[in-house]
Amino acid sequence: MELRKDYFADVRKDGLNEIGQPRPRLDSPGHVTGKTAYFADRNFPGMLHLKMVRSPHHHARVRSIDTSEAEKHPGVVRVLTAKDVPHNVYTILILIQVGPEDETVLADGKVRWKGEAVVAVLAETERAAQEAAAKVKVDYEVLPAVFDMEEALKPGAPLVNEYHGQNYYLYDSGECRKVRFGDVEAGFAQADHILEQSYQSSPIEHAPTETTGCVVAPEGNDRFTCYTNTQAMFFTLDNASIILQMPGSKLHFVGGTVGGGFGGKVDVIVEPIAILGAKLTGRPVSFVYSREEEMQISSPRAAEKIVIKDGVMKDGRIVARKVTGYTDAGAYSRHSPYGAQKGAAHYPGPYTIPNVWIDTYCVYTNRTPSSAMRGFGVTISDFALEVQMDKLARLIGMDPLEFRFINAYRDGDMKAHRQPTEGAALIECMQEASRAANWPVAEKYMAMSSYRKGA
Amino acid sequence: MAIRRGRGVAAINYPTGMNLGGDPTQALVHSTPTGNFMVTLSSVDLGQGMKQIMAQICAETIGVPTDRVVVDTADTDTGPHCMGTFASRGTHRAGNAVIQAAKEARQVMLEVAAEELEVNASDLDTDGQGNIQVKGAPQKSISIFDVALSAHFKRGRSISGRGMFLIPRSYPEKETGAMKPSTCYAHACTVAEVEVDDETGEVTVLTVKNVFEIGRALNPKMVEQQLVGGSWMGISHALYETTEPYYPNRDHGGTDFNQYLMPGPGDLAETEIIVLERPSADGPFGAKGPGEMCANPQIPAVANAVFDAVGVRIDTLPITPERILRALKARAAS
Repeated sequence: MELRKDYFADVRKDGLNEIGQPRPRLDSPGHVTGKTAYFADRNFPGMLHLKMVRSPHHHARVRSIDTSEAEKHPGVVRVLTAKDVPHNVYTILILIQVGPEDETVLADGKVRWKGEAVVAVLAETERAAQEAAAKVKVDYEVLPAVFDMEEALKPGAPLVNEYHGQNYYLYDSGECRKVRFGDVEAGFAQADHILEQSYQSSPIEHAPTETTGCVVAPEGNDRFTCYTNTQAMFFTLDNASIILQMPGSKLHFVGGTVGGGFGGKVDVIVEPIAILGAKLTGRPVSFVYSREEEMQISSPRAAEKIVIKDGVMKDGRIVARKVTGYTDAGAYSRHSPYGAQKGAAHYPGPYTIPNVWIDTYCVYTNRTPSSAMRGFGVTISDFALEVQMDKLARLIGMDPLEFRFINAYRDGDMKAHRQPTEGAALIECMQEASRAANWPVAEKYMAMSSYRKGA
Repeated sequence: MAIRRGRGVAAINYPTGMNLGGDPTQALVHSTPTGNFMVTLSSVDLGQGMKQIMAQICAETIGVPTDRVVVDTADTDTGPHCMGTFASRGTHRAGNAVIQAAKEARQVMLEVAAEELEVNASDLDTDGQGNIQVKGAPQKSISIFDVALSAHFKRGRSISGRGMFLIPRSYPEKETGAMKPSTCYAHACTVAEVEVDDETGEVTVLTVKNVFEIGRALNPKMVEQQLVGGSWMGISHALYETTEPYYPNRDHGGTDFNQYLMPGPGDLAETEIIVLERPSADGPFGAKGPGEMCANPQIPAVANAVFDAVGVRIDTLPITPERILRALKARAAS
C-alpha cells in the first residue's frame, strides 16, 4: 500500500503520536494462535442443543404439526412451536418505528420461504436434536409461490406476506422511495443521445468464517446471559425483549469478538428462540448454524434489478438520469426497506447531474429473506452506474476516464437528494488512477480539483 | 479463438453511517488506579480491528501510548449504547464517541496533575510517553501513573469521561426525496486489467489498481488489510459468487466452501493499493468509513474490462463463462 500524502496536504494535520502509526493489533496474536475466545468456546454443564425443523416448501399453509414422536426421542427435553413464543411476530426496525411487524419467529399457519423455521427441538446432544427434528411431522398445503420481482408486482400475483397486504413495502411516499431533482423530461428533450439499460444481480452469501449463533445461560436470578456474535448488541437485546415480552433488565448480552460478519449478523434470528429455550427448560442452550444453514438459511445480499435511462450531450455532460431500482427482500422485510431507501439516496452516484428522477422499490417474493451486506443498497447500484458510464462514454466516442472527469461532483455541487457536496475527492482518485494505471487523460483533467469549480 | 486482453475503469463514492433512526454510539473511558485507560463500548469487533483503532484513538486523545489502553467490547451490562457495527460506521461513530469521552477523562487527569504540581491545568500537556509536564518546562513533570494513584487514593477523583455521537434522524421528504442519509463520503477509483478466453469464456483478472480516498488512515497497516481484502471480495462478486445457479431453485445452491465459488489463492490478481487522505469535517481525526466502499469499484471495473476485451456486455452479476459465451454467440448470430 502506498500513502500519497501530497494530495490534500493543506487540509490535513500529520505528525500525531498514535494516529497514523501502523501499530500491530493487540488481539492478533490471540487470533492466529487460536486462543481468542468466541461465543461458541463457552460450554456449560447441562447445555442443550437447539435444531430447527424447516420448511421444505417456498410457500405453504401449515395444516397441522405433530411433535409427539419427536418428544419421545431419547435426549429430547423440549419442543417449541409458535404458541410458545410470547410475541411471535416481529420486525427488527420496529425499535425505530419502522413497521409493520411481518416475520414470525416460528411459523404460524403459513411458511413463506423454503428454509423458514417451523419447530425448535431442544435436546441433550446435537445429534439427538437433529434426529428428533426429523421426526416432527408437518402437514403442508403447498401454495403458488412467486420468485421474480416483476412477477410479484403484477396484479393477481400470489400474496407473499399478509402483514403487508401487497408485494411491496409501503413507504410514506407510496410504493417506492422517490427522489426528484430538476426536470428529467426537459433534460431528455435537450439530450443529444438517450440510453436506457437494465442491470441485474443474484443473491450472494457473506460467507463469514464463524457461523451465526449464540449460547444462552440462565444466571440463576431470572436473568439470562446470551453470548452471541451479533453485529449489533442492543438491536438484538431490545428485539429479544419485545419478542419474549421480558424486561430488558432480565437480559445480559455478551459479544464483542466476531469471526467475520459483512452484515450477515445484523438480523435477530438465533438469540430470541435460544433465550426462550433456556427460560422454559432452565438450562443453558446452544443454537449455532451449521455451515449449510449459514449458506442456505441466513440472509443473503438482496438480488436487485436496476433500470437506468440517461440523457447525454455530445460534449460529455449527462443532463438527465432516471433510475428505477428493485430490491428483492424475499419473504420478510428485515433491513431491506432501508436498503432500497439507501439506494435512492445513492443515485445518481458521485456525479453532478442537473435533472434526476429516482424510484426504488422493496419487493416481497417467496425467496430467502435478504438483508444487510457489505455495501448494502449501494454495491449493485455502483455496478449498474459504472457500467452505464462506460457505455455512455463509448456511445459519444469519448475516453471513459475523461468522461467521468466531466461529470464528477465537486465541493458545493448539489446532489439529487438535496445535500450539498462536501469533502469530495473523486477527481483526485481518478487523477491518481490515471497515473498508477498509465491511462493518460488530457492535461485539463489533471489540473482539476474537488475543492472548487474551474478548469 | 484467442485470449483477449482488456481494461476497465470505475469510480465510486460511499456514505459513512446510516441515520434512518438517528445513528448513535456512546463510549465510556476511565482510568485504573495505576493510570491505564479502559474504553467501554457495546460496539462489536468483527475481525476488522475495531478494538485496536479505538485504543489508538483513545491513546492519542489522552496523550498516552496505545498499549496503555484496553478496549472492552461488548457487554450490555457495562457498555453504553451502540447502534451496531455496520454501514461503515464503526470507526467514525464509535471513534467520535471515544474522543469525547477521552477528552473529558484527560481534563480530569490534568486537573489532578495540576494540583500535584501546583500549577494551572491549562499550563500542562502530555508527552505521549506517559508523563504530564508543564508547557515550556518539561523538567517539571509527573507520571500519569502517579496522577492516577493520587486521584484514586488521595484526592477522591474519578479520571473518567462520557462520550456520545449522534446524527439526528433524517426523515426523507415524500415528494422530492430530500434527505440527509449520512455525513461524509469515501471515494475510490479502480482500473482492472483482464484476460478473457473467447473459447471458454473464462476471465482472469491480471491486475487491479485501486485508489481509495478514506479521510485518514488511522492505522495504515490495518487500512491495508481492509482494502486488500475488500478488493478481493469485489473481484469475487464480479466473477464468481451467486447462491442460485439454477434460479430460483435453491436445491443446487452452495452448502459449503467447496460448492460456493470464490477465487482461491491461484486466482488472486496483482493488487495495488494507493490511499489518499482528505480529512472529513466530522470524522475522528478526519477518518471516513472505508469498510464497505473498498469492495465496490472492482465489480464494474472488471465488467468494463471484459467488454474492452471481447466486445460484449454482461449486465447480470456474476459475469460467468456461460454468460460470456452466450453473449459472444448471440453477437456472432446477429
